Order: sequence, then C-alpha cells, then structure tokens
Amino acid sequence: MQMLSVNKRAALLSVVLLIVALGAWEISVTRQVMGEALTEYEILMGLGQPRAAVPPPSDVLVKAWEQLSNPFYDNGPNDKGIGIQLAYSLYRVLSGFAMAAALAIPLGFLIGMSPVAYKALNPFIQVLRPISPLAWMPLALFIIQDSEASAIFVIFICSVWPMLLNTAFGVAGVRSDWVNVARTHELGSLRTALTVILPAAAPTILTGMRISIGIAWLVIVAAEMLVGGTGIGYYVWNEWNNLDLTSVIFSILMIGLVGMVLDTIFATLQRAVTYAE
Amino acid sequence: MSKPFLSVERLSQTFPDGAGGTLTVFENASFGIEKGEFVCILGHSGCGKSTIMNVLAGLAEPSAGVVKMDGVAVSGPSLDRGVVFQNYSLLPWLSALKNVTFGVKARYRDWSREKVVEHATQYLAMVGLEGDVIHRKPSQLSGGMRQRVSIARAFANQPKLLLLDEPFGALDALTRGTIQEELLKIWSQTEQTVFMITHDIDEAILLADRILLMTNGPFARIAESVEITIPRPRRRTEIVEHPNYYAIRNHLVQFLGKRSKELAGRASGGESQSPESVRIDLTAPTDDPEPAPQKPVLHAVNG
Repeated sequence: MQMLSVNKRAALLSVVLLIVALGAWEISVTRQVMGEALTEYEILMGLGQPRAAVPPPSDVLVKAWEQLSNPFYDNGPNDKGIGIQLAYSLYRVLSGFAMAAALAIPLGFLIGMSPVAYKALNPFIQVLRPISPLAWMPLALFIIQDSEASAIFVIFICSVWPMLLNTAFGVAGVRSDWVNVARTHELGSLRTALTVILPAAAPTILTGMRISIGIAWLVIVAAEMLVGGTGIGYYVWNEWNNLDLTSVIFSILMIGLVGMVLDTIFATLQRAVTYAE
Repeated sequence: MSKPFLSVERLSQTFPDGAGGTLTVFENASFGIEKGEFVCILGHSGCGKSTIMNVLAGLAEPSAGVVKMDGVAVSGPSLDRGVVFQNYSLLPWLSALKNVTFGVKARYRDWSREKVVEHATQYLAMVGLEGDVIHRKPSQLSGGMRQRVSIARAFANQPKLLLLDEPFGALDALTRGTIQEELLKIWSQTEQTVFMITHDIDEAILLADRILLMTNGPFARIAESVEITIPRPRRRTEIVEHPNYYAIRNHLVQFLGKRSKELAGRASGGESQSPESVRIDLTAPTDDPEPAPQKPVLHAVNG
C-alpha cells in the first residue's frame, strides 16, 4: 500500500481525534438524561426535570450554525450577533496594540542603541512588566473615567512589554559588521536605522509583536468581563448569566479561532521579514 | 620628495591592559602609499594589522598620529575609503545586486534608479557574477561568490582607497586562487589604490606592488617595505617561474619565521618609524647594489 504523505496522515489523525472526542462528549452527555423510569416520589421531588448539563456538541453545532448564519444582528444591548461582539473585541485589541507598537518600537530602538537608556529604564521595565494587566483596571477607570478607553489601556499596557523588550534586544544584537557597513557608506543615523538596523532586527521585533498580540487577545476577554457592555468577553459572561452554556461553548471556540487567525497573520509577517545568514 | 597619496604619520595605538597599565600595540608607525598602488601588509596575528586597517577605515581612533589622504587628515569613516571585510559583511536580507546598489546609492545619491542598477550590474559582471545569480540572497551563494559581491560593492563605489581585511581568509585554496585573479582583473581595470591585510605570502606576492612587513607585537612596527619586482600582468602559474619569485618569497619567509620575533618588542624611543625599503631583483643585478640575501631554496617557517 502506498504510504500517504506526512501531512495527509497528520490531517487524517486530526479528523479521527476530533470525531472520537466529539463522539465521546456526545455520548457521555446524552446518557445522563436517559434513566430508569422514575417513581412518583422522584417526579414530585423534581428529578423528572432535565438536569442542567453540559450541552452536547450537536447542540453547539446547531447554535454555531444559527449564530454564524446571522452574525451581525443587533437586538439591543443584551442581544447582539457574535460578529458584532468579536468586532468590538478586535477593535479594542488592535487599537491598544497599535498604540503600544507606536510607543514600544521607537523606545525599544532607543534602549537597544543606547546602553545608558537601557540601564536607566531597565528598573522601571522590570517592575512594571510583571504586573497583571487587569490590576491596572481600577486605576485606569478612575483616571480615564471611561470603561471603553480603560479596556484599550489595559490592552496597551499588556502588549507594550514584549514589543519593547524584543525590539531592544533585536536592535542591540544587530551585528557590528552591518553597522560598520552603514558607517563606511556614510549613512546618517536615520538611514542607518531604517535601512540596516530595522531590517536586521525585524524578525526579533515581529516575534515580540506576535507575543504581544497573543497576550492582548488573552487579556481582552477578562477585561471585557469586567467592563461589560460589548465584546466577546462580555458575551461569554452574559451567556453564563443567561445559563446558556451552548452559547458559552460556542463563544469559547470562536475566541480560539480568532486568536489563531491573529497569530497566523503575525507568523506570516514574521516569515516575510526573516532572513537566512 | 613629495608626500605620498596616503601618508600615515606616527600612528600609535595603546589599550588599557586590564591591570592598570597600558598595552602598546604599535608606536609611531609611519608609511605611505602611492596612488594606484597595491600594498599588502604581512604579519603574525595580534601584531596590529587589523588595528591599522580600522584606523585607515575610520572605524577606530588611533591613540596618537594622523592619517592624511591627498594631504588632508582623515577622521571617521568615509565613502572615499571603501572596506571589504573578512566575513563579507553583506546584508543578508538583500540580494547580491541590492547589496551592491546599496553602496552605489549611498555614493551617488543623485543617480537615477536605472543608472544605479546598471552600474552595479557592470561591477558584478567584472567579478564574474552575471545572470540570475545576482538576484540571489547571500545565504544562497557560496563563500567565494559572497566575497565577490563584497568586492564588487567596494569597487563599484570607486573609493580613493580600498581597504581589504583578509578578504580571502575564509575561503578554500582553490576558490581563493580564482578570486585573487578576479581581484587582479578588476584592479587592473580600475587603477584603484588598494591596501590589503593578508596572512598568505604567495597571495601577497601575486597581488602586491609592495609588501609591508610587520614585526610581532607588542610594540610592533612596520620594519620593511619589500618591492615585488615581478612584472605585471601576473598569473599564479607563471610568477613561480620568475627568477625573483623565490628570492622574494624566501626573504618574506625568513622575516616572518625569524626576524619578526627578533625585531619585536622594542619601544620606538619617540622616533618616527618608517619601514626600510627592500628591493630584490635578480634579473638586473647591476642596478641593485644590495646582493640577494638568499639562494632560491625553500625554508621552513618556524612556529
């Protein structure tokens, strides 16, 4: 028999694992409902009511179909389509991330090129970096006085550190030979930064951006559970309050899918700027 | 006597030795290079050849002394002094052609795109790189091809002085031979002034008009300036037949093997130290008052 390629075998195995896992889930959930015939006493005691249970994957699939066929409906503050909720979350993540990049990349360049700046700023970075981004939330709410902007600030503060440190690390690690090439060609500081240091450090910088966007997407869910109103994090919490576990599971899957797409985009960018020495 | 095109005057370099004192690499070194000349500098590792090179390139500041080019003291790196580094120093994210246009654009900022590309392509062709190969990234090129790109980048900029820092050190012997000939070819077409560091005696004889011999450090000095009395154009297969070849070679081997140690470690005592001119020419003994120091036999290099 002709062996399938590694990719095909892996894909086949993935599908098998998915079917087995979903099947096991489906069976384990539905079996609970079917019991022996209940006595009258048991029915009176309320045991005849269907027990609240984790919904089976078939229900989740039905929910997903229903939601994804009309993702952008808007029936008021407590009932918006999954597309609208995800769009809110993405908007917050991307604006916080963009602001963080606008600060972290130039500052990272400075820290990477100047040992003095590195030594002066390092203590602050080391203290601020391990703070859970959500710990900033009360302070942000008090100072900014706006829950929307506070959520964006939390995203900003959590995505700034990996980008800052990676940019500094990448810039400091540019081979001195390449800098000497720029010097012997009489390039000015700005041209050296743009034509030699930036492309040389770009793979490291993109790694930092990829880590940052991943963290930002993790944090936005928690942040939106706190600030409420809109977004995928709010949606999860709202459906939990509605005891709609089908929607909760569906939105968990959507969070994973969107996170994967974001990571794939940055992985592609990273590959585009990576060079072999 | 008029000053040479490049004149190095009383150059000294000292570093802190880590124990509170100073380590003198070389002191009061003086020498000159004429326009269009190809000069090699030979010496053991650690004698300060690379330091001299870095000072000439403007990448390092000497502790004392000046370098004058065309009578003007130079400081800092400049496009007038092109450098070919030992490890090629190509930018790995750019293709071979883009690496050369990178230099050309920096040199001729007002040139059009087409002119830059045309100029770069022409110089790549001069070192034997043509066709698809010039669109490859350095990682897709062999070591020899990378060094050719690096040489093309330096020559394309038409600097007043070209500095080569052991350009063939990382190449295998066969590739080295080919690229030496490429280098001779492009040099003869451009009349470039070249200053080159090398470890390789045969390479120096093949390429140079004059070889500067450096004693061991610390307190290294450029002790001799040996004229290579073999006519050009030279080919590696033919120069070994020339009567002067082994005489010069033996002189160099003796110097590096014995005299570089004997002459080492002497402080200059504040005197400017210029190399002593040595001319070995067996073909015209009447013109040469100094007899050839050795018979043309091979001597082993001692450690």
